[in-house]
Amino acid sequence: MSIQVRNINKQFGAHTALDDIRLDFHTGELVALLGPSGCGKTTLLRVIAGLEQADSGQVILDGKDASATHVREREVGFVFQHYALFRHMTVFDNVAFGLRMKPRGQRPTERQIDEKVGQLLGLVQLEWLAKRFPSQLSGGQRQRIALARALAVEPRVLLLDEPFGALDAKVRKELRRWLRKLHDELHITSIFVTHDQEEALEVADRVVLMDHGHVEQIGTPEEVYRHPATPFVYGFLGSVNLFHGRMDGESVRVGDNLLPHPPGEYPDGARVMAFARPHELEIVVDPMATSGVSARVGRVLSFGGSARVELDGTHDADGQHFEVELARSRADELALTEGQPVRLVPSRLKVFEHKAEA
Amino acid sequence: MSHATTLRWRADKAARFESRAATCEAPAIKWVLVTASLAFFTLFLLMPLAAVFVEAFAKGWRTCIAALSDPDALSAVRLTLIAAAISVPLNLVFGVAAAWSIAKFEFRGKHVLITLIDLPFSVSPVIAGLIYVLVFGAQGWLGSWLSDHDIKIIFAVPGIVLATVFVTFPFVARELIPVMQAQGREEEEAAVVLGANGWQTFRHVTLPNIKWGLLYGVILTNARAMGEFGAVSVVSGHIRGLTNTLPLHVEILYSEYQFSAAFAAASLLAALALVTLCIKTWVEHRAARAWDNTGTITS
Repeated sequence: MSIQVRNINKQFGAHTALDDIRLDFHTGELVALLGPSGCGKTTLLRVIAGLEQADSGQVILDGKDASATHVREREVGFVFQHYALFRHMTVFDNVAFGLRMKPRGQRPTERQIDEKVGQLLGLVQLEWLAKRFPSQLSGGQRQRIALARALAVEPRVLLLDEPFGALDAKVRKELRRWLRKLHDELHITSIFVTHDQEEALEVADRVVLMDHGHVEQIGTPEEVYRHPATPFVYGFLGSVNLFHGRMDGESVRVGDNLLPHPPGEYPDGARVMAFARPHELEIVVDPMATSGVSARVGRVLSFGGSARVELDGTHDADGQHFEVELARSRADELALTEGQPVRLVPSRLKVFEHKAEA
Repeated sequence: MSHATTLRWRADKAARFESRAATCEAPAIKWVLVTASLAFFTLFLLMPLAAVFVEAFAKGWRTCIAALSDPDALSAVRLTLIAAAISVPLNLVFGVAAAWSIAKFEFRGKHVLITLIDLPFSVSPVIAGLIYVLVFGAQGWLGSWLSDHDIKIIFAVPGIVLATVFVTFPFVARELIPVMQAQGREEEEAAVVLGANGWQTFRHVTLPNIKWGLLYGVILTNARAMGEFGAVSVVSGHIRGLTNTLPLHVEILYSEYQFSAAFAAASLLAALALVTLCIKTWVEHRAARAWDNTGTITS
């Protein structure tokens, strides 16, 4: 089922949680709502579910305005961050809950319920836990049961609120992959909220980036990562090195230093913010080099296949910190020592015009 | 339930605290404190309780039985049971409703409601009784209207029930509010998303989660309803065989120097208190166990 969100506004006292949100979710797609805490992503999800009432705007489910439809009748599945399993019921009863609450006419028989619950527990690979209580399960198991419970009523949409937020890193990674696989089997339109960019980029078909109640960018993980639309998106999707400067011919001028960058994007003299990812900075040890910004080597952290170098800016970049990621072999070759003066030359820069803070 | 569980947690913590040399008090201090409090409670609580039973049976168990099977005594017991039987269900319904609205909704006047719930705790029961006399009494605001319609509230059973409801109101709500607040709204939201209607959500999700707290509140309400003296004394009029509850009956007998009979009736109340205490301890135990089973909400 497709979901359209039309001009949704939501205010909590003086705080604007959602500011004129317009979004389309296509049938069968898995979309991530990504943003820092307090950006309004959870509120938007709850508005779509009907657990929260928007101040204005519409939620359109399958082409029909559902803004006035009660949560009960929206046929959505909702998975809560802290699972919200019924603690006094067994796993079986939790999953069966939605079926047993149906009006008498539509309610399946106990045998049908038995079969259906068995099927769902099979789907989440936890048949053997049917008789346990939620408190006897691990976090990852609880979340899978919560998912099975949501799927039991055959919802047209699946909404997941920070589904892996309360789990430890390893379980989170496993469940992420499992969720993607499950979605590929079921093809149910799904939206999940997360503040973890890695999770969003890895799992979703499309990513909606939000900040301060606004949508900053929508696109495939590839698109948003490669072509971030705003400095916020660039900064949110990974580690960054930031340079403040002005356009100057074929470079960005940062104080007396020049960072090479193809011209044409912005006029000469325009104030810009230039970003480079840690792996897009080159460390030049040659003392005669003139390109790039000057910096001093701080800590060198090398484990695994790559090394990370932390640097402090000197001269014009005084007080700034940089982070460079390079292959382990390259780090060995450079043989950097703490305090060594070097220059940092970006191989690729993403430049945004600097606008006065709104 | 809230009391029960916090007590249990603190016991665990205290044990850990004790086991560490760095945080452990000198043994002398511990013994002084323990002995002092035990002595105090024995002297002021246990001895009077024992005295009640000793006095009740002082002239033999026949006198005791006779005092209890006196028609006035029986009618006092009946009235006490009626007052409890009406006020406990009323408090159950309104207590749950009040706790629900405070714990689960945001609304204007929430603080007023919380204060109102506490009012019977802060007001002397005598004043509570006087308020009802002022409103419903013969000289009261509604007095003439009531006597025109031949409705008796003061110096009759309805007044006793009203006074009892007033003094017992906080017990259920006070017990439930922290329990409901701790549990939040997520489980109910989950139930509604899954298609449950309001009653189903209450019946299958809310009620099982609060049942121990609710039972605890009901037991306290019942104990207070049966034992209330002050408020009931003002509105009752002490009409023997008609408007006397058990506590009032005890007082009348005592002021008439019928000590054995007074203590016999008092022993009935004391026995009730002991039974209440036993049930309460059992509920606390169950509540703590239920909480242990389900308490780890986020991990």
